Amino acid sequence: MKKLINSPEDVVREALEGMELAHPNHLRVSYEPFYIVRKDAPVKGKVALVSGGGSGHEPMHGGFVGMGMLSAACPGHVFTSPTPDQMFEAGKVVSGGAGILQIVKNYTGDVMNFELAAEMLKEEGIAVETVMTDDDVAVEDSLYTAGRRGVGLTILMEKILGAAAEKGMPLKDIKALGDKIRKSGRSMGMALTACTVPHAGKPSFELAENEMEVGIGIHGEPGRRRVPMAPADQITEMLMEPVLTDLPFNKGDTIILFVNGMGGTPLIELYIVYRKAAAIAEKHGLKIARCLVGSYITSLEMAGASVTALRVDDQMLQLWDAPVNTPALRWGV
Amino acid sequence: MSEFSVSKAVAWIKAASAALEKEETRLSDLDAAIGDGDHGANMRRGFVAVVKKLDAAESADLGALYKTVGMTLLSTVGGASGPLYGGFFLELGKRSMGRPAWDAAAMVDALKGGLADIQKRGKAELGDKTMVDALSPALDAMAGAGGDLAAATKAAAAAARDAATKTAPLLARKGRASYLGERSIGHEDPGANSLALLLETLSTTCEA
Repeated sequence: MKKLINSPEDVVREALEGMELAHPNHLRVSYEPFYIVRKDAPVKGKVALVSGGGSGHEPMHGGFVGMGMLSAACPGHVFTSPTPDQMFEAGKVVSGGAGILQIVKNYTGDVMNFELAAEMLKEEGIAVETVMTDDDVAVEDSLYTAGRRGVGLTILMEKILGAAAEKGMPLKDIKALGDKIRKSGRSMGMALTACTVPHAGKPSFELAENEMEVGIGIHGEPGRRRVPMAPADQITEMLMEPVLTDLPFNKGDTIILFVNGMGGTPLIELYIVYRKAAAIAEKHGLKIARCLVGSYITSLEMAGASVTALRVDDQMLQLWDAPVNTPALRWGV
Repeated sequence: MSEFSVSKAVAWIKAASAALEKEETRLSDLDAAIGDGDHGANMRRGFVAVVKKLDAAESADLGALYKTVGMTLLSTVGGASGPLYGGFFLELGKRSMGRPAWDAAAMVDALKGGLADIQKRGKAELGDKTMVDALSPALDAMAGAGGDLAAATKAAAAAARDAATKTAPLLARKGRASYLGERSIGHEDPGANSLALLLETLSTTCEA
């Protein structure tokens, strides 16, 4: 293992220390327990958005804390969900009297820990609602699995709901908008290489030079199938076709198209993927109203990419365009 | 042996912590095959924290002791194992409130409560390739082994280990392993293995 770290035990804490030093105008950090809150929290009279998950997906979620997006982010250890005390303590700090909305990616651990935190916050008299993301079409949604994983759609949801909270939208309406976004977005990802969890010290799986994994999640886990390496255009088709046919997206739909890097893929390659993804979307008769290209929800140093399409209406687009001022996403300010 | 006292319970938790530390790599390797490879590290971190807590303050009874174990696991393990093992020990605590010791019947009752809590939180059934597959047959074996704690826990440990091994051919239906579908077949479940370690250390503690 070759990593720019001091020791595996200190990875999360030292990264948080760096974030706090780098972004004093956006956020504050607690170390006992770990959480990041926006600098001006609590914002009186507005719904507070709390998210979180295992570390190793940076900039998600801590990089999205700030005006117009998350009120708090709770980082767990690398690829391990945070614990209920983190969301409980962070929730109390950011609660501005209008309730808390938890944004939870659908993983067994995340769901259980956020459920416990919600129970604890409700006992304190704070209103809590939860929206989930489960947009990964690579996982079959059936009674016999834990359900689909939450992946790229989480970023788009955090941006849109963050803008809604900033505008003063009440909790029940934000929850309803979140549920609508959940039903309107789909994603799929692939990996060229595995990644190495610092405390594991070795790659989570092995891929030969001429192989790739299609249908991966964001935790360095193997995907649905291993296939021979292919040119970018073919790989993009393998991702886009299942995404577009799953919802399904219909001719004439307006979408936000998001091409995401898994951490180890350069932007130059992501634009090659976006070029083909946009062509496929247009071939399906979709109108791309906005796009996002870059590494926003990653798996450490894994090379690879994911695509996310979200069907939007005018309200969602207005909220997407609204000002946001966070370490990783900033416009209109 | 017919009574499992507070000092025995402390010895059990310490033995479990030592066993989890020793088996950390194996548990993480099992997890890497069908999950994300951190089960060993998470369990070790949790139990190291628990042992620190138990060393810092004596518990008045079994209820208080297991409550400390549960709360500490809940806030240190993370993942799905945190709420599942944390909730398991909290339930042992609830069912042992005010008790200075367990007899065989009280032990079975408390552990059955723990199993019910795991199933409620994790929504897992027998055969889903989870810790339930090790715990459920172990408790049947324990309940059928009579009032001697050494014999009862020995039977439970053997049943748990056997059942953990037999999770290999199962198709995972819960947690991250379920994303793999058919590819989860052929690997033992890491949670069933950590559960077997817990019951094996319970047995060695009762024999000592």
